Amino acid sequence: MENRGTPLVELRDISIAFGGIKAVDRVSIDLYPGEVVGLLGHNGAGKSTLIKCLSGAYQKDAGEVYINGEKVTINNPRDARAHNVETIYQTLALADNLDAASNLFLGREIVTATGTLDDAKMEAETRKIMHRLNPNFKKFSDPVSALSGGQRQSVAIARAVYFNAKILIMDEPTAALGPQETQMVAELIHELKRQGLGIFLIDHDIHAVMELCDRAAVMKNGALVGVVNVNEVTDDDLLGMIILGKNPAKAA
Amino acid sequence: MTDTTPNTPLETTDDPNLPPIARFLKATEIDTRLLGMIGALMLIWFGFHFYGAIVNGQGFFLTPRNLWNLSVQTSSIGIMATGMVLVIVTRNIDLSVGALVGVTAMVMGILQVEILPQYLGLGNGAIWIVTVIVGMSLGACIGAFHGWLIAYRGIPAFIVTLGGLLVWRGCAFLAAGGKTISPVDETFALLGGGPYGAIGSTGSWIVGILACAGVLWLLYSGRQNRRQHGFALRPMWAETFLGVLGCGMILGSVLLVNAYPWPKGIIRQYAARNNITVPEEGLFISHGFAIPVLILIAVGILMTILMTRTRFGRYVFAIGGNPEAAALAGINTRWMILKIFALMGMLAGLAGVVASARLNSATNALGMLDELYVIAAAVIGGTSLAGGIGTIYGAILGALVMQSLQTGMVLIGFDTAIQQIVVGLVLVLAVYLDNLYRSKTK
Repeated sequence: MENRGTPLVELRDISIAFGGIKAVDRVSIDLYPGEVVGLLGHNGAGKSTLIKCLSGAYQKDAGEVYINGEKVTINNPRDARAHNVETIYQTLALADNLDAASNLFLGREIVTATGTLDDAKMEAETRKIMHRLNPNFKKFSDPVSALSGGQRQSVAIARAVYFNAKILIMDEPTAALGPQETQMVAELIHELKRQGLGIFLIDHDIHAVMELCDRAAVMKNGALVGVVNVNEVTDDDLLGMIILGKNPAKAA
Repeated sequence: MTDTTPNTPLETTDDPNLPPIARFLKATEIDTRLLGMIGALMLIWFGFHFYGAIVNGQGFFLTPRNLWNLSVQTSSIGIMATGMVLVIVTRNIDLSVGALVGVTAMVMGILQVEILPQYLGLGNGAIWIVTVIVGMSLGACIGAFHGWLIAYRGIPAFIVTLGGLLVWRGCAFLAAGGKTISPVDETFALLGGGPYGAIGSTGSWIVGILACAGVLWLLYSGRQNRRQHGFALRPMWAETFLGVLGCGMILGSVLLVNAYPWPKGIIRQYAARNNITVPEEGLFISHGFAIPVLILIAVGILMTILMTRTRFGRYVFAIGGNPEAAALAGINTRWMILKIFALMGMLAGLAGVVASARLNSATNALGMLDELYVIAAAVIGGTSLAGGIGTIYGAILGALVMQSLQTGMVLIGFDTAIQQIVVGLVLVLAVYLDNLYRSKTK
């Protein structure tokens, strides 16, 4: 399964350094429609940093980003959103003092003809999508600080899904969740995959990656160790790549 | 909390299973914190009145005259407090607003007294307009400069505006070499209140009736909007109550300001000027709403719309709640901070207009210590220094509380030292009570 036409996203030779330390060193990786690519590695291996260059949170020092085969410039989160790149951050990036609807539409509010916020419309839309994602969600008028971890997660997910994302970045989406909610996220990933989205999934849990992902990319000390098809490797192989930086593909 | 079963949308905010007071509050959706502030205000008002009545033999607080003056005195602090809400909500502080009042008032004083009459002629009707525009623009420019240093140069707001406090106070002194500029343009002086700077009985009724119509329209359109989207409606009795309460308070304040007549001297002057013979028993000419109070109300309404109905306001709250999340949502947080400080500066310029017009002169000490009262007003009004929380009406009420304390203590003859102690204690107590309230309602 080497090539399937134009990749949805192609990151080429991405590098970024913070004060002399190379957080990401010439990493290339691609993502096809309907595919989930897992990003694995230790804390500080550069996974989140790499992906933040795509989501616009950081600006890369060198390298190129192609979306649907076209070279694009992403200087800030707004640019990324304009290319249908949506991100669910590890920290969720919710404004705790605002309610679910305000968070969902933050930066992309629905306005009335006179340019004022259409809060009623936004709340109605939020009710619709939350009903689909998490039917138990009821706290629409409370600030999100009053919500449980799972409920907050579903707000963050709803925000990424609502705006017709083509490329979805999920940074440890299940880190704060219980078993039932983790299952909900897994089902959602399958559903979005069927719809043809490309998903980058950053996760510490090798088993989750093996279950959800098509391919896994492993990083160590800012460099890419290798990319493997998940169904061709064992979890020991992946562990070896993460811990030792040993690439089974090369060994074979 | 509610007894509704899952999956059935609430049809009304009325819940007959609650005890009467809780049911009433839930059905009317009145903010309990607002009730607390109004309660505190009433306590201060009645407390000072009856203290005066018992100790000095006569209470002066709850008289049309005092309350009218109180409203005028609140204006300039209130105008700035609405802007301070935005600054504090975004986790910043502005210590320079008092100095900005001083420097803008001084520049406006020189402009309208020494410069503009040379070109436009003394008493020209355009003088006050040019002056106000220049004063507010100057405030906005200085504020924008502060905002730029804070947002784009990374200097903490506390330091930038502390420096601003000293720099602009010094500039206010240098502008006229420490002289007092007086008197200001006649039309300009009306913006500060006084007998002529009020809109009279008929004007006040018109304002009052328009305001009542506004309240009823708000209730009606709010109900329509909720119905359209299938959200919970307030029960009819609660809507009626809110309508009657709102209109009652507006009409009550109209009656109040109309019950305060012009003093005899002003009436003689006015009669002489307009060739009216004053009858034996005297003429009763009402003050009506003072112009600075109307300015404050207009600022309050506009700022409330800005904060609750526009993207700008939503972003202000988002930055206060989680600056990082706001940036990741594509909000240009630096540009927002710059605009917020520019707005704060513009409002300080407007407060400079009101303060110097009321004094009928510009002095380099104008607005001294105002920054502390403005910050205190915003904080007493429920603005959280941790960011993310605050309301415009709260800040205006906070300004009224501060001013009521001041006025009350002056009326019963406390000296300045005691006044400072009381104001300081009240500020700390208010924030403590607010913390308690928030931890209880969380």
